[in-house]
Amino acid sequence: MAIEENKTAAGVGSQPASQEGFVYLPLIAGWLVPGGGHFLLRKWGRGALLAASILGMFVLGLAMQGKVYANAHDILDILGLAGDLGNGLPYVISRFLGLGDVQVMVTTADYGTRFIVVAGLLNIIAAVDAHNLRTGRKS
Amino acid sequence: MGNPIFQPSHFTAVVLFALFASTVFGITQRETPRNMFRYGIYCFVLFLAAAIVLSWIMYFIAR
Repeated sequence: MAIEENKTAAGVGSQPASQEGFVYLPLIAGWLVPGGGHFLLRKWGRGALLAASILGMFVLGLAMQGKVYANAHDILDILGLAGDLGNGLPYVISRFLGLGDVQVMVTTADYGTRFIVVAGLLNIIAAVDAHNLRTGRKS
Repeated sequence: MGNPIFQPSHFTAVVLFALFASTVFGITQRETPRNMFRYGIYCFVLFLAAAIVLSWIMYFIAR
């Protein structure tokens, strides 16, 4: 009895029902639109906070004239580009509008570059969290 | 290109970074709203404390 309750509490018992449909949709939606995976799962509060945090960080990074990585010449650039790609559509839009394509040699611009990279990494964490909610690994 | 639209001080940048990062950490690493809030506050305080301690260490190293 106690084992059965623990299984249910851990989400194990509810897994077969939550595996219906395309389970990767919240992951992809969460990657493309910050907080989108949680909105898809009707976790409005969590989604709104995640969207505000990630988009806020991305926009502040751009406002500080941070660099948006477009190509990679060395290992640090590759890591920066990988982080930036985590932003999903905001990255594509900023590239399309030509935002962050000029490197400015001021301290705040360097902070801005890090803000944009970290926003992408946080967005990946949020998208994986949405996937865990979808599969029942997390409640 | 002109000056950046937003030019925070070092400490303001750290506070903003800590605020955003700890919000995401709190929501994604805990399950209940109460625990999310507590973990978010915990991460925020640790971010700030680490920044202040490391700043003082670098200050004394540079002297």
